[in-house]
Amino acid sequence: MTQKAPAVLTGRHFMNGDVACAEGALAAGCTFFAGYPITPSTEIAERMAQRLPEVGGIYIQMEDELASMNCVLGAAWAGRRAMTATSGPGFTLMQENIGLGIITETPCVVVNVQRGGPSTGLPTLPGQADVMQAKWGSHGDYEVIAYAPASPQEMFDLTVKAFNAADTYRLPVFVLADEVVGHMTERVVIPDASAIPRAERPQPPFPPGEGLLYQPLDGALVPPMPPVGEGYAIHATGLTHDERGYPATSAEVHDRLVRRLRDKILRNADRIIEYEEYLMDDADVCVVSFGSSARSARHAVNAARKRGIRAGLLRLITVWPFPGSHIAVLSERVKAFVVAELNLGQVETQVQRFSTRPVLGAHHGGGEMLTPEAVLNAIEEAS
Amino acid sequence: MAPAERIADAHPLDRLLRSDRLPHIWCPGCGLGPIMNCYVQAMLDSSIPLERHVIVSGIGCTGRVPGYVNIDSFHTTHGRAIPFATGLKLGNPDLEVTVFSGDGDLFAIGGNHILHAARRNIDLNVICVNNFNYGMTGGQLGPTTPRGAITSTTPYGNPEEALNLVHLMAALGAVYVARWSALHVRQLERSIARAFEKRGFTFIEVLSPCPVGFGRPNELGEGLDEMRLYRLECVVDDDADLADCAIDLRAHRPLVLGEFVDIERPVYGEWEA
Ligand code: SF4
Repeated sequence: MTQKAPAVLTGRHFMNGDVACAEGALAAGCTFFAGYPITPSTEIAERMAQRLPEVGGIYIQMEDELASMNCVLGAAWAGRRAMTATSGPGFTLMQENIGLGIITETPCVVVNVQRGGPSTGLPTLPGQADVMQAKWGSHGDYEVIAYAPASPQEMFDLTVKAFNAADTYRLPVFVLADEVVGHMTERVVIPDASAIPRAERPQPPFPPGEGLLYQPLDGALVPPMPPVGEGYAIHATGLTHDERGYPATSAEVHDRLVRRLRDKILRNADRIIEYEEYLMDDADVCVVSFGSSARSARHAVNAARKRGIRAGLLRLITVWPFPGSHIAVLSERVKAFVVAELNLGQVETQVQRFSTRPVLGAHHGGGEMLTPEAVLNAIEEAS
Repeated sequence: MAPAERIADAHPLDRLLRSDRLPHIWCPGCGLGPIMNCYVQAMLDSSIPLERHVIVSGIGCTGRVPGYVNIDSFHTTHGRAIPFATGLKLGNPDLEVTVFSGDGDLFAIGGNHILHAARRNIDLNVICVNNFNYGMTGGQLGPTTPRGAITSTTPYGNPEEALNLVHLMAALGAVYVARWSALHVRQLERSIARAFEKRGFTFIEVLSPCPVGFGRPNELGEGLDEMRLYRLECVVDDDADLADCAIDLRAHRPLVLGEFVDIERPVYGEWEA
């Protein structure tokens, strides 16, 4: 199909987070979406269904989330920038094949617009309780990259980043949004197409028939990703495999493989991790938050300052890899941490691991936004 | 061996097999070898360049086939070969994508996917190796296990009705449906070649001996004995009523083989063109 509309809608818009996420994907060059509708992510699928045919891309509504995830993996191998979007229960169904994406090093983007769980939980209401599911949902040892947007603008920006990180490090990358951010409508500025950053997959420097397809290129930890259909005779398998890609189910090969899968993220963590600090220079109490909760946390920090408490905010833009060493550095400076999140303490346990100071939670199980008052109370208690 | 005695330097299929991976892991008497051979031969004979052929499987014994074929090959998760292949094919329509997987993989855990891929008429070839059980997992009940058969999870005999795969796939609108056995290598090869030619969702069922998982508990003997059974009991009837084509290996009723469906139907996405 010929292109009927631009992929990059350069300009100022008033759009909700889910739509901004879809536009971010299109701007990043995503031409393939396979998904299954689930609230509160559905508008992403609907927008993609409308927009992808306009830009010559493919939208397919699969029979379930397991199919969606696999379809995305197949399309990624076919050379597409591909993505799916879901919510907690659908994310769960995708987990086995997220594991397949991890071990076959398949770049793609998985958006989880979180709602309250477990199970059907609170289908239309917010939650942020899939933080640990994003990290540990599949089986085996692996590391992930998960971005946590706090605004429709970040739904756009971080979706672009997720595609670039996926291609750079060759894995499924998560946009871990939440219902509030997905359904909130705000101004979104979309830059010129030329200003959208683009990272490419590492390509084999050798012709078909030569070289080892799973041998990382000199010094890097990410192997080249040959295109399908050009004679490389790729073998990709969910089994533990050697540098040829052949199944080799020994403890030694397995350890080598999973260490590399882990290290390609952890050794690049400084390049991947992003956070934003607000009033942290002289802070006694550091509020750690992410996503929609960080908006309430920011209000609470301002309110605390008015009451004379030196509070600051560390807003996590990547929740995974977790900025543990930065927490450790901060804990030398601050008196206490408050972790503000819409779950019963998933990021709090992470902060505890790296902090030598007291860590308090400002929690809500989900169903409504975390209020600034709840965070302020915790700040007062901590100060 | 002295060079004068050498008949050929290489087997004609060598370049399509990852000979550095041989010997394969399959049991003696298993039907997978000849079936893979038919696929490889059909690829060689097809007018489609070899680099455009792609094979995708789920897991289990049949799932290992992509690991031995020297083309772009994907060994995915249990039951998910078809959606993976759907992404590959839609992502790059120039590829000739064949899903080569087992009956359990495609019709139990993957049942939902094959149903919808056939309904949508995704341009995929599906070769389903039916050995009536979960071979690699140790011979358990599967969706094609005939009623009454003994497996490691039906020690008193299978109480379930088996799926009639060709009937189901025809009903779902597959544009090509055939059934052969691992003994019918010429017919199978021709059918695979026909599937390569067809646009749309094609389905070929291949009855295959699994002496270890299924033959032994059901007193079918060794692989060779099951091949002998196919020689004695199989009849070719392209016009058979598919509703009557359920398989019961012990009933001594004919096993109906043939090319049952060969039709045209709009392929997924075609209406857009
Ligand atoms: S278990 Fe059965 S299907 Fe598997 S390799 Fe052995 S004979 Fe073949």
